Amino acid sequence: MEIKKEQNGSALTIKVIGRLDAGSAPELSKELTTALDGITDLTFDFAELKYIASAGLRVLLVAQKRMNKQGSMKLVNVSEAVLEVLDMTGFASLMTIA
Amino acid sequence: MEKITVDAVLENLQTVIDFATEKLEERDCSMKIVMQTELVIEEIFVNIASYAYHPEIGPATFCMAFEENPHALLMTFIDGGKPYNPLEQEAPDTTLALEERDVGGLGIFLVKKNVDEISYEYADGKNILHMKKFF
Repeated sequence: MEIKKEQNGSALTIKVIGRLDAGSAPELSKELTTALDGITDLTFDFAELKYIASAGLRVLLVAQKRMNKQGSMKLVNVSEAVLEVLDMTGFASLMTIA
Repeated sequence: MEKITVDAVLENLQTVIDFATEKLEERDCSMKIVMQTELVIEEIFVNIASYAYHPEIGPATFCMAFEENPHALLMTFIDGGKPYNPLEQEAPDTTLALEERDVGGLGIFLVKKNVDEISYEYADGKNILHMKKFF
């Protein structure tokens, strides 16, 4: 997994590339701990995210809970494979998918 | 029936996934089936790696076989760790609002969603989880 960040004031776009699995999810989680400080507008760009497992969903859930307190969060360019997992778990209805 | 035995540690997850996907791709399974199978393997393997032998390390065996007419994939996970039936884990309520959603239980929930049959037995000091997935 590779993470690319682009910040514009209090807006942050995080591009997650590759696989968000049990091996890589802790890295994203750690990254978000500090990256979200002062952010009011968070976008996850999943154009190149091919796979997500429960470990990745947990990171998204924690991020969504935090952003509900300090701003908003959305997922963009979600692939069909990832969307299927979000749908199955009910996450699709908890998050803004654009 | 082909099988692979590895130490149940997170670092070996990809080895088990590669073992399975190689065989699925040989059979021209769709990307969707491959991804769903990867998800099943990951969730079960991570559970074993995280809890079965904790804090020790022990082996996990993954077996797979194919059936014809109808096409089905048979998968079995075996570990010699603490007796644990993952099917008894309470399913997460996927209709709850965000603030009430918990992060637990999602893994086995995803496994159940992505296989057609699943059964657990504890025999000879081993946890044995059988799964069947039609494709």
